[in-house]
Amino acid sequence: MEISVRNVRKDFDRFPALHDVSLDIRSGELIALLGPSGSGKTTLLRLIAGLEFPSEGQIFFGAEDASARSVRERNVGFVFQHYALFRHMTVADNIGFGLTVRPKATRPSPKEVRRRVLELLDLVQLPGLENRFPRQLSGGQRQRVALARALAIEPAVLLLDEPFGALDAKVRKDLRRWLRDLHDQTGHTTVFVTHDQEEALELADRVVVMSQGRIEQVGTADDVYDRPASPFVFSFIGQSNVLPVEIRGGSALFGGTVLGAAAEPDGPRRMYVRPHDFDMLPEGEGGLAGRIVVARRTGGSRFCTVDLDGVPIEIELPHDGSAVRPGDRIAVRPRRWTLFDNA
Amino acid sequence: MAAETDTTAVADRGAAAPAARRPRPVTTETPLTRALLLAVGLAYLALFLFLPLAAVFTEALRDGLDGYLASILEPDTLAAIRMTLLVAALAVPCNVVFGIAAAWAVAKHEFRGRSLFVTLIDLPFSVSPVIAGLVYVLLFGSSGVLGAWLQSHGITVIFALPGIVLATIFVTFPFVARELIPLMQEQGTGDEEAAVSLGASGWQTFRRVTLPNVKWGLLYGVLLCNARAMGEFGAVAVVSGRIRGETNTMPLQVEILSNEFPLSAAFAVASLLALLALLTLALKTFLEWRYGDEMSSSQPGH
Repeated sequence: MEISVRNVRKDFDRFPALHDVSLDIRSGELIALLGPSGSGKTTLLRLIAGLEFPSEGQIFFGAEDASARSVRERNVGFVFQHYALFRHMTVADNIGFGLTVRPKATRPSPKEVRRRVLELLDLVQLPGLENRFPRQLSGGQRQRVALARALAIEPAVLLLDEPFGALDAKVRKDLRRWLRDLHDQTGHTTVFVTHDQEEALELADRVVVMSQGRIEQVGTADDVYDRPASPFVFSFIGQSNVLPVEIRGGSALFGGTVLGAAAEPDGPRRMYVRPHDFDMLPEGEGGLAGRIVVARRTGGSRFCTVDLDGVPIEIELPHDGSAVRPGDRIAVRPRRWTLFDNA
Repeated sequence: MAAETDTTAVADRGAAAPAARRPRPVTTETPLTRALLLAVGLAYLALFLFLPLAAVFTEALRDGLDGYLASILEPDTLAAIRMTLLVAALAVPCNVVFGIAAAWAVAKHEFRGRSLFVTLIDLPFSVSPVIAGLVYVLLFGSSGVLGAWLQSHGITVIFALPGIVLATIFVTFPFVARELIPLMQEQGTGDEEAAVSLGASGWQTFRRVTLPNVKWGLLYGVLLCNARAMGEFGAVAVVSGRIRGETNTMPLQVEILSNEFPLSAAFAVASLLALLALLTLALKTFLEWRYGDEMSSSQPGH
């Protein structure tokens, strides 16, 4: 099911949560809404679900305007952050709930419900747990039951609110892979909310980066990481350094040192550079001269904090056996960067 | 390990200050204080609770078991017991419906004047029951605001069952609502949202999700409500007219009998009320022990 969000605005008590947001979700896509808390990502998800209604704008499911339809009529599978499993029902009754509340004419027989439930338990790899109660399950198992319950109603779209937020790191990683496999297997259009960039980049076909009630960028993991559309996206995804630079005659200068060519009009800019996009230069070859303040070895690389005459930067150097110590003088040059206007 | 460190620390201080005391946790009183507090508590309980309770049963059985049964099986007393049961059977279900509706409205919805509404629910706790009874007399009595109209339609409220039920409802209506409101607030609307997103109607959501989530809390509220409904004296005394064998409830009957001889008759009926109280206490304790985690005083299940 294609979903189209068109110029949606949402206010809570006149406090704006979303400003004029538009987004097209393709059928069968797995999409992540990524942003810090307060960015409006959960509000957007709840608007798509029909748990909230837009103050302005429309939401289309396929060619139909679903804006005025309630959550009950939208046929969405919603997985809540804390799962919201019905604690007094068994796993089987939880999963079958959506089928048993259907109007008599379309309600499957108890036998058919049972068959569907067992099928779904197999799908989420929890066979044999149908008679347990939610309190007897681990966090990861509850998550899967919540997913099976949402899938039971054959939803037009699957919506997940911070699906891995309440789990520990190991379970999180496993479930993430598993969810990707499940998506590829079932082909549901899926939207999930997360504040974890690693999760979004690894799992989603496309990532929607949000900040302060607006969409900053929509794109693949490569797009948002390598071609960030705004300073916010650059600094929110991955690590970044900001250097105040001056463009003069097609060159970017930092404190009088030429860093490279920049085909832009003259004037001050902010240069965003990833820590791993610095090259270390042999002594006497120019570049940015500084002093190492902190050096940390992590796996195959070395992270250094370098003081460039009062401007601290973080650089990541491949570990080549040579020792760098705090206090050493070092010269570096950025290899790749993105320029943004001064805000 | 920790204890050792503690002792050392205190010993060090002891060396500095000669008036060193034995180490003990800062929140614990001295044994003497503890014993004293406990003794005061127990003496208080004995004097004001156990002693009267024991007296009720001894006095009730003063004429032996036969005398006890004879006092209870006396027609006016039987009528009072029937009246009490009937009033509770009518008032408690009304308050269950009201309590659930009020708790649901307050806990699951935002509306203007919500806190005022919650305060009003508590009103019966702060109004004297006698005043509550009087209000009904002023409203529905023969010289009351609605009295003439009711009379012309042949409806008697005051000095009859309807008045007693109304007064009882007024006095007991906070119990169910008060128990359910914090419980429902704590559970939030997540389960309801889940149910609706799965296609359940409002009624299905209520019956299959909301109600089962609060069932033990509800039972607890019903228990307290019932105990109060059966034991209410003041409000009922004003509206019932205390007609023996007709509008007397058990507490009223006890009061009337206590002005007559033999006194054991009054104590016999009183012992029934005491038994009801003990039964309520036992059930309440059981509920708290067994289902405490599903009631308002504790955390949600998961």
